[in-house]
Amino acid sequence: MGLNRRTIVTVLVLLGLALLPLLLGGAPFYIGVVARAMILAIAAISLNLILGYGNMFSFGHAVYIGIGAYAVGICAYYDIFDGFIQWPIGLAVSAAVALVFGAIALRTKGVYFIMITMALAQMMYFLGLSLDEYGADDGLVIYTRSEFAGLIDLEDHITLYYVCFGFLLLIVLGMARLVNSRFGLVIRATRFNEARMRALGFPVDRYKLTAFVIAGTVCGLAGLLLGNFTNFVNPDMMHWTRSGELIFMVVLGGMGSVFGPVFGAIAFLLLEEFLSDWTEHWQIVFGPFLILVVLFARGGIDGLLGRRNPSDD
Amino acid sequence: MTFGKLATGLAAALALAALPAQAASVKIGFVTTLTTPAGVIGKDMQDAFNLALEDIGGRMGGLDVEVIYEDDGFKPEIGKQKTDKLVQKDNVDFVAGYIWSNVLLASQKSVLDAGKFLISANAGPSQLAGKQCHENFFATSWQNDQTPMAMGEVLNQRGVKSLYVIAPNYAAGKNMVAGVERSFRGEIVGKDLTKWPGQLDFSAELAKARASKADGVFIFYPGKAGGAFMKQYQQAGLNGQIPLYSVFTVDSLSLPLFQEGKLEGVMGSFMTQFWAPDLDVPQNRKFVEGFRKKYGRYPSFYAAQSYDAMFLIKSAVDAVNGDLTDADGMRAAMEKADFPSVRGPFKFGNNHFPIQNFYLREVVADADGNWTTATRGVVYRDHQDPYAKDCKM
Amino acid sequence: MTWTLLLEQFLNGFQLGVVLFLMAAGLTLVFGIMDMVNLAHGSLYMIGALLCATFTDWTGSFILGVLLALPAVLAVGIAVEVVALRTLYRRDHLDQVLATFGLILFFNELCRIIWGPEGMAIPLPGWLDGSIEILPGMPYPTYRLLVIAVGLAVAAALYWLVVRTRTGMLIRAGASNRTMVGALGVNIGLLFTLIFGLGAALAGLAGMMAAPIVQANIGMGESILIPAFVVIVVGGIGSIRGAFIAALLVGLIDTMGRSFLDLLLGTVMSVTAAETAAPALSAMAIYILMAVVLFFRPQGLFPPQGRR
Repeated sequence: MGLNRRTIVTVLVLLGLALLPLLLGGAPFYIGVVARAMILAIAAISLNLILGYGNMFSFGHAVYIGIGAYAVGICAYYDIFDGFIQWPIGLAVSAAVALVFGAIALRTKGVYFIMITMALAQMMYFLGLSLDEYGADDGLVIYTRSEFAGLIDLEDHITLYYVCFGFLLLIVLGMARLVNSRFGLVIRATRFNEARMRALGFPVDRYKLTAFVIAGTVCGLAGLLLGNFTNFVNPDMMHWTRSGELIFMVVLGGMGSVFGPVFGAIAFLLLEEFLSDWTEHWQIVFGPFLILVVLFARGGIDGLLGRRNPSDD
Repeated sequence: MTFGKLATGLAAALALAALPAQAASVKIGFVTTLTTPAGVIGKDMQDAFNLALEDIGGRMGGLDVEVIYEDDGFKPEIGKQKTDKLVQKDNVDFVAGYIWSNVLLASQKSVLDAGKFLISANAGPSQLAGKQCHENFFATSWQNDQTPMAMGEVLNQRGVKSLYVIAPNYAAGKNMVAGVERSFRGEIVGKDLTKWPGQLDFSAELAKARASKADGVFIFYPGKAGGAFMKQYQQAGLNGQIPLYSVFTVDSLSLPLFQEGKLEGVMGSFMTQFWAPDLDVPQNRKFVEGFRKKYGRYPSFYAAQSYDAMFLIKSAVDAVNGDLTDADGMRAAMEKADFPSVRGPFKFGNNHFPIQNFYLREVVADADGNWTTATRGVVYRDHQDPYAKDCKM
Repeated sequence: MTWTLLLEQFLNGFQLGVVLFLMAAGLTLVFGIMDMVNLAHGSLYMIGALLCATFTDWTGSFILGVLLALPAVLAVGIAVEVVALRTLYRRDHLDQVLATFGLILFFNELCRIIWGPEGMAIPLPGWLDGSIEILPGMPYPTYRLLVIAVGLAVAAALYWLVVRTRTGMLIRAGASNRTMVGALGVNIGLLFTLIFGLGAALAGLAGMMAAPIVQANIGMGESILIPAFVVIVVGGIGSIRGAFIAALLVGLIDTMGRSFLDLLLGTVMSVTAAETAAPALSAMAIYILMAVVLFFRPQGLFPPQGRR
């Protein structure tokens, strides 16, 4: 990996994110906007693993955000604030749900895969709506954020910011390793020629299911962070339009690039923020923008950084 | 590059945010729904709030008043983000508005943790009236259960023995059902909770209601679902067969649509409410006349509550002569409810929800032929919500 | 529970089913023949309803309103196809989903600017606005009967078009093997535009049929879009027959769930628990149906013959 433009920009963005709270002198609103972008970036990275690398078009990825956030919310509802209990629960449930949904969805192909992932997600959405005990559509207010035996205080917004940043860094590095590992190469190869991979004797379905579960679990992590960040959880987080937004973040940033979804999430949120400030009718601009990105900017923001060296990603 | 421009924009916005807060004005944030079909409600609230701003001459406590409107997009998460922006970036002194219980619940912590005042101009979830009441939270509306409780009382008075209940399957819908069940002494022969907000076709529920042979049907359908329900009630031939009793379904926003759609069946139907356009109170006459003059239509109850919210805030800021740092002084002033309200004099309960009258209203045509509602008596006097006892304040 | 109630709910489910079929017919054709995921199909449903409301307002007649709105929504559909969608056929599903998602946002906002956020009510002529007694002691809304009749008539016409005409032959051929039809020298571009226009008109018609019941309003397309997708996936993408059967199935399951699930659950659990569980389960019913069907038949119930 040489010192090309992509590396420089990536390092600069990470450096910027690391220093942002210092630059802003604690202005909580913008720190919040960026923290939220980083959380969604983690979710987008996880989606990218199956969407960009594995060619599995999941239209229900927001479900795992909901599961993570509900893990915090429901535990807090029962006065369990210990993050060492909440977080493993959230991750385990995300993984379990991803395993079941993946096993069902991977029986289908193409459009059917899109539709079944969406249907399963809608089921979870309606399940959330019917959980009377946990507020149904009101959701749950999370009055106390996860506690880590006094080691980390998430109530402090700067600390929360750096926790998000730390996880983002971890996930980016982990994903870079994963996609270049033997496992990652198999997943990427199935995207181009699944039949050949099967013929070579790879248990492709098992590989794909594993990727699906990893993606779900990492997205569950984003949900745990989001629940802590927004201080509430409700079923709306699992609606199919939210899954659509995650997909757009991945495409906007650049599919099949480790860092692309980070660009995508940041750009998406800034765009939404500024457009909705600018006019009440912002969606009439945003809609066509989406179409133009799809039609003319296939590589997303990552694509603007020049051709990718195949060994980079 | 788009990204570059956005970064520049962000930097510019940050520079603005870094300026010290100006204390020469009162800043009020107002969160409501301005987009989506529910934007009609938000518009009505915004219009009323603007009218109130004009009526107080744009000043309170010797300070200029600045109002910042934000759209929650009918989504709790967006509402919460906009509330964060108002509190953290715009540094407002009061946050008001909120149509939906779930948006209010998601957003309240941001405002209250920052030590600002939160004034609900519509949503009245039981949580905030009971265990989670807060010294800086006030409502100029009602607690969700109260209005249907009044309707239950009306049903008792009218000798209704059996009732069929249809409401959307979300928190406020369930509160409404709980409310009517609380006071209605007859038998509830059937109950349907429908998908919200997606379901607008009620064929199956109406068939069941007819088959139940109940003395009355009780519904709660705010916004566009109300129109759809009324229409199908008429098409199913249920008008004149089973009387319809509603809360928050027929209002000044839906009546013109009903009239346009020739829904004669809605005429003469009953509802309960804490307020009515024809309520004979000086402040209400001023409000309704001013609103009709400025916007050419009747104000809705949403508008009335928003109008009151402005005057409540004014009473607080006036009491401390514009010293916005005196939170205790402002709170004490608001607790007195010492301002001209469109509902007439009222008191706040310990949980800062109004203790107020509830009226029976009937849909009629006014002198010009416009459909509106007329008051047909008082159901409850000085009624307090049932959750106040859970509030330790 | 009485037999008349059961029959009435059956009719209600059937009526919901035929509206779903009108939506799904266009969707499944576009999907099957052009391999195109079009989320904006719901927007055409909404536009149909709103145009019909406006024309009804102008002419004072619902029937005239429908007759004027049909060609208008056909024109909108063709315009959308030519301007935006044509370039998407060769793209993958991801691009199609995103771009048509963008179209939804665009159309919702555009319609909100044109028609206002409150939408429009459509008054029905007196003879349609009441109910008639179809069996002694069982009145049924006249208009819903009309919807059923229109739906069945359209289904019959489509069947005739697909099975008996040359265009239909091409449509069937296209659903099985697109490339081959092109290789045989058929003007594929024109055929696609035609099919898309037809699908748009059907979606618009579905909107017009629904509008007097639920009112024409912004965003109405999204609430029917997902059930329509469920229908075509359950029925097998590209199959009109599958769409018809699946639409009736989905309509009936949804309505019967709303009608009788609470009674049914009440026999195995407490009444209060049943009251809470029934709405949740009935809301999920069609998704459960879809998951189960796809689990056992990953291509849907009636996949077109010879499809890859």
